[in-house]
Amino acid sequence: MPDTITDRVPHAPDTLAITLTVNGVERTLNLAPWTTLLDTLRLHLDLTGTKKGCDHGQCGACTVLVDGKRINSCLSLAVMQEGKEITTVEGLARGEQLHPMQEAFIEHDAFQCGYCTPGQICSAVGLLSEGKAKSADDVRELMSGNICRCGAYPNIVAAIEQVLGGDRR
Amino acid sequence: MRSFSYGRADSVQSAVKDIAGNQAAPDAANATVKLVAGGTNLLDLMKADVMRPVRLVDITRLPLKTIEETAEGGLRLGALMTNADTAYDERVQARYPMLSKAILAGASAQLRNMATNGGNLLQRTRCYYFYDTATPCNKREPGSGCGALHGVNRIHAILGVSEHCIAVHPSDMAVALAALDATVRVTGPGGERAIPIGEFHRLPGDTPHIDTTLRADEIITGIELPAQGFAAHSTYLKARDRASYAFALISAAVALELDGGTIREARLALGGVAHKPWRDRAAEAALAGQPATRDSFRAMADAVLRDAKGYEHNSFKIDLARSVILRAFEEAAGLEPS
Ligand SMILES: Cc1cc2nc3c(=O)[nH]c(=O)nc-3n(C[C@H](O)[C@H](O)[C@H](O)COP(=O)(O)OP(=O)(O)OC[C@H]3O[C@@H](n4cnc5c(N)ncnc54)[C@H](O)[C@@H]3O)c2cc1C
Ligand code: FES
Ligand code: FES
Repeated sequence: MPDTITDRVPHAPDTLAITLTVNGVERTLNLAPWTTLLDTLRLHLDLTGTKKGCDHGQCGACTVLVDGKRINSCLSLAVMQEGKEITTVEGLARGEQLHPMQEAFIEHDAFQCGYCTPGQICSAVGLLSEGKAKSADDVRELMSGNICRCGAYPNIVAAIEQVLGGDRR
Repeated sequence: MRSFSYGRADSVQSAVKDIAGNQAAPDAANATVKLVAGGTNLLDLMKADVMRPVRLVDITRLPLKTIEETAEGGLRLGALMTNADTAYDERVQARYPMLSKAILAGASAQLRNMATNGGNLLQRTRCYYFYDTATPCNKREPGSGCGALHGVNRIHAILGVSEHCIAVHPSDMAVALAALDATVRVTGPGGERAIPIGEFHRLPGDTPHIDTTLRADEIITGIELPAQGFAAHSTYLKARDRASYAFALISAAVALELDGGTIREARLALGGVAHKPWRDRAAEAALAGQPATRDSFRAMADAVLRDAKGYEHNSFKIDLARSVILRAFEEAAGLEPS
């Protein structure tokens, strides 16, 4: 089994020039094609708010919004997101004004260690715009892609419900 | 992940050209140039070093993201439409509620936003030994043996097994599609062809490394649903280790056509039991003309599970399957759960 890019793919360039809009700023990067969106954010753009938990789609810590939709950034290649608008937890606030979901998480103490929190908040913002959650049970089901090892679930659900309620008003 | 080169397909024809060199591989799973859609299964398996393509062809920009009416009165689901957009489509929800339910029972909201209809069908087994390159697995490494046969086989198959492989197919969507008798539309170098869903996935036999009848040089363009969606009397029921975000231990897609209290037609597809969604047409035919009662449904469950066989850790699945089948039929028929 060939092991380096030049063994495996003769004449392949090591990197590709990729342009993404991240939190409203256009960024052009030279990346190897196997760089995930998660590693791009953390290692190439110093946006370490987005967390790596499992790196296999099983925990949700890496959740970001792509064109407004929540996805697991660990299971996507940066090159596949060329031209897309990426929003991470760092991009939710407007200046000093936190996003209502961030405020609700603080108000409800919806975390302990905080490791899952950026993923939870981005996921909850995605949930909000999907508009499918009508009850606490819906919130639990549609947030099941975000695991919290500290078990802050009751407060996470309460925080999200508060914002959903505000939305309904 | 190992290194690979990357390209983007701008049409179905260009994608087919990009994978033309694959034709020697026994099926799409074993190709060296791989199409990538949502990436949620392929990239996961590449990180685990289970799949080692040398080139990825990104098909996410192909115009296969719509749902269209077919001349036969059914729907054609684009291969690159996401699982989320498909499950929440009003036509799918109204006419094929069992399919919508099955899709929404799978994975998580994030994953369903990425996962595509074509990729969902081609996701590979979640057998621990398939994923662990330090152990034998005839699916990953033909001839190396089956680690699950005498290993930790709690999630494994109870029907249609071979001595070479007891892995199960993990898709929820495919189970509902099997009950609906859907058709997979594919394009290859020789043009288009249609593969009935029942012939798309296969049993392991002595070639468990071959998952499907999709050839390595073909691309899925869409999935066709027949007009009959059993909207009035159908359901998808999934039993798993936690309430959400877990693969099925047992699942059942059930559909009934009723004439008052009498069954005119019955369909049952099981997930979590075999290397493919499991149908038993003889057992289904035997239900026709029977009253829609618990006794009929119990007899159906017994017939379907007659040849089921458990291993050291998964015998519980036979009883669980019996309960899930009964409960799903009760729900579809509008009976109180027993
Ligand atoms: C943590 C986790 C939990 C999950 N839970 C569930 C669950 O409970 N139930 C469930 O059903 N699924 C579950 N999934 C699996 C998920 O549904 C699949 O990974 C997804 O549907 C695959 O689609 P994709 O578009 O991402 O495929 P990709 O990963 O892009 O591709 C998968 C395969 O399909 C091929 N392919 C893709 N599109 C085409 C096409 N149009 N033509 C030909 N070949 C194509 C690729 O070459 C590759 O071999 C889970 C996944 C994860 C990571
Ligand atoms: S790091 Fe992506 S889901 Fe866990
Ligand atoms: S707050 Fe610690 S993992 Fe969620």
